[in-house]
Amino acid sequence: MNPVNPMDAKHSGPAAGPPRGPSRPEFWRSPLRGPWLTAVFGIVLLFGITVVFVTGLLSYAAYEPDLAAVNDQTPGKGWLGFYLFSWPTSPYWLYRVTQGVHVTLGVVLVPVLLAKLWSVIPKLFAWPPVRSAAQAAERISLLLLVGGAGFEFATGILNTQLHYIFPGSFYTLHFYGAWVFIGAFAVHVALRLGRAVRALRAGPRQPDPDSEEAAGLVSPRPAAPTISRRGALGMVGLGSLALLAVTAGQSVGGWFRRTALLAPHGQEPGSGPNGFQINKTAASVGIRPSDIGPAWRLTVRGGGRQIDLTHAQLLALPQHEALLPIACVEGWSTADQHWSGVRLADLAALVGLGTHPPQVLVQSVQRGGSFSSVVLSAGQVRDARSLLAVRVNGALLSPDHGHPARVIVPGAPGVHNTKWVTRLTFGEPV
Amino acid sequence: MKPPTAGAAPPGFRHRYGASPLHLLLLLASFALACYAGLRLLEGDTLGVAVWFVGAALLHDLVLLPLYAVTDLAVQKLLGPRAGQGTRVPRAGVNHVRVPAFVSGVLLLVYWPLVLGQVGHYTISTGLPADVFLGRWLLITACLFAASGAVLAVRQWNAGRTARDHPSARASAARDDHPKE
Repeated sequence: MNPVNPMDAKHSGPAAGPPRGPSRPEFWRSPLRGPWLTAVFGIVLLFGITVVFVTGLLSYAAYEPDLAAVNDQTPGKGWLGFYLFSWPTSPYWLYRVTQGVHVTLGVVLVPVLLAKLWSVIPKLFAWPPVRSAAQAAERISLLLLVGGAGFEFATGILNTQLHYIFPGSFYTLHFYGAWVFIGAFAVHVALRLGRAVRALRAGPRQPDPDSEEAAGLVSPRPAAPTISRRGALGMVGLGSLALLAVTAGQSVGGWFRRTALLAPHGQEPGSGPNGFQINKTAASVGIRPSDIGPAWRLTVRGGGRQIDLTHAQLLALPQHEALLPIACVEGWSTADQHWSGVRLADLAALVGLGTHPPQVLVQSVQRGGSFSSVVLSAGQVRDARSLLAVRVNGALLSPDHGHPARVIVPGAPGVHNTKWVTRLTFGEPV
Repeated sequence: MKPPTAGAAPPGFRHRYGASPLHLLLLLASFALACYAGLRLLEGDTLGVAVWFVGAALLHDLVLLPLYAVTDLAVQKLLGPRAGQGTRVPRAGVNHVRVPAFVSGVLLLVYWPLVLGQVGHYTISTGLPADVFLGRWLLITACLFAASGAVLAVRQWNAGRTARDHPSARASAARDDHPKE
């Protein structure tokens, strides 16, 4: 091939141009591809991904990683935790909404992401591959953008289906992956938003393929259209709508749960007081009947004191009630359940820490594994709705819902509502 | 937003680099952040994470797109006009296959682990039956194609009626729908 001045490549004849195949603009024949269509998908993703990123950051904060080492899945986070704040208990449905939006919106954006990638495919093969240092740097950034998006969507979607085939802990991968992605995303928005807005203002009319506004997206040899651009947008929208329809019900709950036909928590596990969604059954985390039988004790420690309670003694303490949902990081949640049990603040008072109850380390009889213990903040302990629940909807807890006793805290992620609790240690760790 | 202008930068910078200094600064800032998070991301199974990340970047462009583009062309060929037919009139009929196939495809793309029964511990974890998803996806797919077929039938019926009532409109009706060949 003749060496060509990169600046002239666009205007040179076919002999000096790109090799046969996808690098030639005329290889791509869809009459739909153009700046307007790409801009529509881009703007939808700009808003959608921003919401998904922010709700993701909120979920990370809800785990209270700064409170204690046992809460922190990413101890090496460094400055990436700069925004962390103490997760509130009001409104009690906060995590249910933020995480439901995070997961459902992420799933719904999949067709839009695919359509966006489809619409810009000629650029992947643009010839010459590297025209300048600036363009080379931008292509590396695009690798981070597209790889980061695919990585985040894939790990997130697989995790909601409990399909843990990704190479490491979900929390680590999804959190650090998000930060790799978001820098490239911000740069892409900064460099392309102007062009996208201009393309939207110009409307769907296709510009000349060689013009600057065509941005290399418009085919110089378009095939006869088989679908209108509006039809293509409709098809993508229908894909998103279908995903919304088979997913959202697991977060909305109630009657709508049955519409979540393909979502992991679209079915009811049973009926009766304990017939609501289960994150991990007793059997799946190795709880033996003897662990939660007559020999079970609740140990409450703090302020240099310790008391042990049997199940009967726990039931004899003043019981309080709270209407609270279970809301999982996987996006699903339950309607408000009617819990009753002993206030965490009252249990702190048993060891003399009643006036200003401190944070508490909650430990389960569950053997090992993530989230078998957690530290709840003082703010969470002091909320009158924070209970060590023994009953739900009028019945004793079932083994799968944490019998003999489980934590329920307003607004907290599901895994912080520790089940099969055997020890509460109030105060700072020694 | 206009592409950042060179401003006070020496005129040679844009020529050598190919864009404004602001472009370079933006990219460098994002690369620094990507390195900061990326080093943490790559701790542990470095190779596995790298393969997943690069694979995620290429999956659509080099695997999915060729697959669905070739399938789409094949369907167009199958439903399109016979070779040698005079006018290359596009066939709206292809969209009655394309749209339900696309919707069914994205449902499978998102929910394949459950649909294809890949999550062995699903039932022991959640207490929910795992064998419902394949059947549900197949029935949804059946409904999508059936609904698309119903729309096509109504369109053809309408087009046929229009053509009978207004013979001059026959040409435009034929363009809208897949003709009987």
